[in-house]
Amino acid sequence: MQSQPRKTTKKIIKKQSMPVPDSLKPMNGAEILIKCLENFGVEYIWGLSGGAAIPIFDALVGSKIKLILVRHEQGATHIADGYARATGKPGVVLVTSGPGATNTVTGVMTAHMDSVPMIVLTGQTISPMLGKDAFQESDIFGITMPIVKHSYLVKKTNDIPRILKEAWHICNTGRPGPVLIDLPKDITSAPFTGKSLDPEMDLPGYKVKTTCPKSDIIKMAKMFSGSKRPLLLIGHGAVLSRASKEVMELARKLRAPITNTLLGKGAFPETDPLSLGMLGMHGTAYANKALTRCDLICSVGSRWDDRINGDNSKFCLGAKKLHIDVDPAEIGKIVQPDATCVGDAKEIVGELVKHVKPLDTKEWLEELDFYRKEYPLRINDKNGLTAQRVISDLYEVTKGSAYVTTDVGQHQMWAAQFYLSNEGNKWLSSGGAGTMGFGFPAAVGAQFGCPKDLVVAIVGDGGFQMTFFELSTVTIHKLPVKIVVIDNKYLGMVRQWQELFFDNRLSGVDLEGNPDFVLLAKAYGIKGIRIDKVEDCRNKLQEAIDYAGPVLVHAEVIKVDNVFPMIPAGKSAYDMIIEAPTQKLEKPSGST
Amino acid sequence: MMNKNNNVHTVSVFVANKPGVLVRCAQVFARRGYNIDSLVVSTGVDPKFSRMTITATGDPQTLDQIIKQTSKLVDVLHCVEHTGQDSVDREYAMIKVSYSSTATRNSIKKFIKSRAHVITEDSGTVIIGQAGTSEELDLFEGEFKKKFNVIEIVRSGKLVMAIGKAST
Repeated sequence: MQSQPRKTTKKIIKKQSMPVPDSLKPMNGAEILIKCLENFGVEYIWGLSGGAAIPIFDALVGSKIKLILVRHEQGATHIADGYARATGKPGVVLVTSGPGATNTVTGVMTAHMDSVPMIVLTGQTISPMLGKDAFQESDIFGITMPIVKHSYLVKKTNDIPRILKEAWHICNTGRPGPVLIDLPKDITSAPFTGKSLDPEMDLPGYKVKTTCPKSDIIKMAKMFSGSKRPLLLIGHGAVLSRASKEVMELARKLRAPITNTLLGKGAFPETDPLSLGMLGMHGTAYANKALTRCDLICSVGSRWDDRINGDNSKFCLGAKKLHIDVDPAEIGKIVQPDATCVGDAKEIVGELVKHVKPLDTKEWLEELDFYRKEYPLRINDKNGLTAQRVISDLYEVTKGSAYVTTDVGQHQMWAAQFYLSNEGNKWLSSGGAGTMGFGFPAAVGAQFGCPKDLVVAIVGDGGFQMTFFELSTVTIHKLPVKIVVIDNKYLGMVRQWQELFFDNRLSGVDLEGNPDFVLLAKAYGIKGIRIDKVEDCRNKLQEAIDYAGPVLVHAEVIKVDNVFPMIPAGKSAYDMIIEAPTQKLEKPSGST
Repeated sequence: MMNKNNNVHTVSVFVANKPGVLVRCAQVFARRGYNIDSLVVSTGVDPKFSRMTITATGDPQTLDQIIKQTSKLVDVLHCVEHTGQDSVDREYAMIKVSYSSTATRNSIKKFIKSRAHVITEDSGTVIIGQAGTSEELDLFEGEFKKKFNVIEIVRSGKLVMAIGKAST
């Protein structure tokens, strides 16, 4: 603190410069950047510091935005992703140049594949050193080009507000996706001399089509008339556009059954009698039977992924195919539809409801009920504790109300089958990318976004070990996340394929050396609970859910178990395997 | 253009003149196994925009995806295929040929007649220039290579422009 100058030292005062109030100080690029993000209402930035990003981290000191220091940049991206999926608001990531930037690549790709809004800010070497192999220089702008919705390499400090405004707009409109902004250190350090923090955007090529011509909607509505066996296919687009209410009205009015993709879970309540649950490779038998029998299928925000269609030449043979999507590039990519509506799902379905007439689907629903009773999902406790038992009990203990995240593999499919979802934004799973290690950090992000809600990460022993270092983030921020590690000591899905299609020649799937996950949790100051018996399962899960803080549940399940039903890759729903086959299967021709 | 080969396509892309836009467009083609045969980029009437003419080889089914995915890029204003009915195209070629005798030099000049023109001559070489459709250039080049000692060929790549008031 400076002492008050006395009157007699007038001369000296004149020489000393008075401290300039903060409001009058010229702001540098980094400070302007943070100011813009504050103006957007950004609550959190997840990041990891480094030399080229220091000016930006400096600008965060005293900011309204809470900086969360993660332990690995991949963790930051999945946390931001989980936050965005749970809240609908873009997640913001801040990392340094070089390896800091490249460590975000998997997370950016994951967000891109699943259309999740995200802003990734990467520090970069100073502009004069670009392309000269400077320390920690990587061409992240070039590396990430195919996996972003858009990206920027900032060349002028005064461009920062415009670029931020554009990035925010792009990532969160139309089909959402990640936007990366590469920020050379000299650009963030230089004074900002621009006039406005809210300049005009310069995006002459960016087309967001949300309003679909009414004539297209009426044409589609007419397609429904006369259908005896309609099927609605609900994808992630319905979740992203918050179209649940409209989808429900459509299903009710048409009296049409609904099936959902992995990421479409919850857009229509899976507990509703009209819901057939998830379809596709490991979907329910009755959903896949519906695919083989329907005379009309209408996709709302699904991209006819190969996990759904399998052999496209045999997909819904003879059925009319209708496609609603916000992205014109999805039309005709996989399926040639008989009618299309391009635009926002909520608006289109809302309008479509007005033009369709109720259908006579009594026989169709009875037929599907028959399949439902004939081929239910089963849990078999006779060999010991299974993942299905753990997930099913978790569903009951939490009354199906939790935000659920998953990794990728068998546990993910069982979670999709047994943890029914009634709200679209409560199911967070890496669908398109199939990123192991996604589940736990995504749950951390969901918990940041929804601090009062119950968030459960259902993860595999393989995936969890890829990103478990964010346990420290959980501890530091006292996030009451519940982590359920389904530990079968295998990379189970690959083992299943090797058993079924490769003569059980196990290769690269044995996770020997797994840690004691309860002790691992303890090392981070987190309560650990072990479950290894069917009879203890429910009570111990209840204990975990009732505990106020974070808990890691180590569920040791039987090692060898397979996910059924199954449509081998490249086959069609007609080739569905409902229960363990007794004969050797031919090697799948489809991708992965 | 009316290509004999159904797998050769001429695509015009109108883009905002921003860093990286060329790579973004090229990646859309490359990722789907399309080989770009020629690529011409030039500034538009308004220097904020550029126009690309891309000639590429690949199956027609994939082209529809490529056009849609290119159109989707944030910096792309529009992307269309030109099939020749609605547009005209031209290309320019420079051919360097060497000769050892005055007789050969004279027969080169006689051969090109009105089809091409001499740009410059130096040290027993002549550079000739020719403008025309790509097919005309192909034909001339084929004949010329058979008769003379061609050292280098540089071609501009195909330029395309929509006829009438339609946008290229």
